[in-house]
Amino acid sequence: MKKNGPLALAFHTLFVVVMLAPIVVVCLVAFTPEGFLSIPTTSFSLRWFKAIANYPEFVRAFGTSLWLGALSSFVTVLVAVPAALALARYRFRGRDALSALFLSPLMIPHVVLGIAFLRFFTLIGFGGTFLALLIAHIIVVFPFALRLTLAAATGMDRATEMAAISLGADGFTLFRRVTLPAILPGIVSGWALAFIQSFDDLTMTVFLATPGTETLPVRMFLYIQDNIDPLVTSVSASVIAITMTVLVLLDRFYGLGRVLTAKGDAGR
Amino acid sequence: MSAAIDSLPASAAPSRETRAAWALALPALMLFTGVVVIPLAMTVMLSFHDWGQYKGIEPVFILKNWREIASDPYYAEMFSRTFRVAALATLITAVLGVPEAYILNRMNSPWKGFFLLVILGPLLISVVARTLGWALLFGGNNGLANKLMMSLGLIASPIRFMFTETGMVVALAHAMMPFMVLAVWTALQRIDPQIENAATSLGASPFTVVRRIILPQIMPGVLSGAIIVFSLSASAFATPAIIGGRRLKVASTLAYDEFLNTLNWPLGAAVAVLLLAALVLIVVGSNALIERRYAELFR
Repeated sequence: MKKNGPLALAFHTLFVVVMLAPIVVVCLVAFTPEGFLSIPTTSFSLRWFKAIANYPEFVRAFGTSLWLGALSSFVTVLVAVPAALALARYRFRGRDALSALFLSPLMIPHVVLGIAFLRFFTLIGFGGTFLALLIAHIIVVFPFALRLTLAAATGMDRATEMAAISLGADGFTLFRRVTLPAILPGIVSGWALAFIQSFDDLTMTVFLATPGTETLPVRMFLYIQDNIDPLVTSVSASVIAITMTVLVLLDRFYGLGRVLTAKGDAGR
Repeated sequence: MSAAIDSLPASAAPSRETRAAWALALPALMLFTGVVVIPLAMTVMLSFHDWGQYKGIEPVFILKNWREIASDPYYAEMFSRTFRVAALATLITAVLGVPEAYILNRMNSPWKGFFLLVILGPLLISVVARTLGWALLFGGNNGLANKLMMSLGLIASPIRFMFTETGMVVALAHAMMPFMVLAVWTALQRIDPQIENAATSLGASPFTVVRRIILPQIMPGVLSGAIIVFSLSASAFATPAIIGGRRLKVASTLAYDEFLNTLNWPLGAAVAVLLLAALVLIVVGSNALIERRYAELFR
């Protein structure tokens, strides 16, 4: 295979710089010592990170987002693992329809889902509750958990299971001692991706969140709509740092490439 | 994997297997029927309900909202803006993403994986934070982006990015770029590098190789990437809301406004249902066209 020419490398450099520019700018401005939006040149300051503590609504929204992400990704995994096993193991009538239904939250615009959830939960009397938010998040992150678990279950070597059966393992032992350990990496990365998706979701959540159940992205969005100041950049930089930490852990554990492929394939 | 099942004794009747499969999928199926299928149907119904400032939502079946969308040119303009912005963002991702994926694919091992992560990684970073970054770069007439381009002599006078379609297109193209690069990258993985070598040994110039050998083979990947980018751009919310501001509306921000500010839910539902229907038609239609056009590659 031939090498890239200097022109290609120049294009590549420019491309990467533009791709990273908005993220880098947010993180730089977050360290400004000034009271207005500026890129720090002579000194860096943590004053805007300390300022977050004076805005309890950001702290509360952060707590809501963490809880929501942890709970929704956990429940999603509980429901997605058996569904993934069903889709991976059996060929049955209606299998394709089922799989399309489970992946449909990737296809349906999140605005439409947000509206549908808002209408539904308001009609049944759950409007504005944390429970409504939780159920909605389970639906939206479900495809990601399903995809990664499905990939692990499909790629699994079934001979070990056959051996366990022939040695007399019953159904539950088989699952706990053989199947579960084999697909665990897929489950964990599916859980992590589901958590990140829930933690970051704005479009669907903005319809359901009320002042008591605001998540961090919703709080940030509403804040930005009024004015943009260094405070929201330091909040964003913190969110970016948290996401990066999860990503690095995920990369150690499972390999980020596979996770990103599952996310990037959205809509297919 | 199915070989293992097939090798089971014939007594494991298919009906028992089918039952096991449905039992495993049942919790998810119930969840999705209850909280996806039914609410979507309710939303479609909502779009036919009546609404008044004082009477609220009236559960009747009328075409008022649909007639309003069809007759008021405001909605035609808003929808054409939605699809125009999405189409331009798609074009930019294709024009820049395809060469980038090609260059990435020709890189050596450690760099290849590293830069793939750098380009795909932003997918997992909060879209609010990424859009905020663009708002900072654009920021008024003397934003960083303008200063940089003017000092490089690329432009003579500052371009207005904030609260314009130009800004929306740039920020959307940035947000969607990873999807395009990934789709093209996947297509490039399937190409046999020997074909390229054969063309070169027969005297083809690098340009000819790309035009006659590479492009025709990755075209399905480019097109499926374009479909993903287009449908996600047309339904994007955060970017048009932050960059477009309160006045420059697209379908999703208008639906948001109707639901949370004007409180005319039936009209908002009609806008959302129309967006969904248009996207389903466009995606299914272009998928069918691509599959027919490239039938030999999918076989």
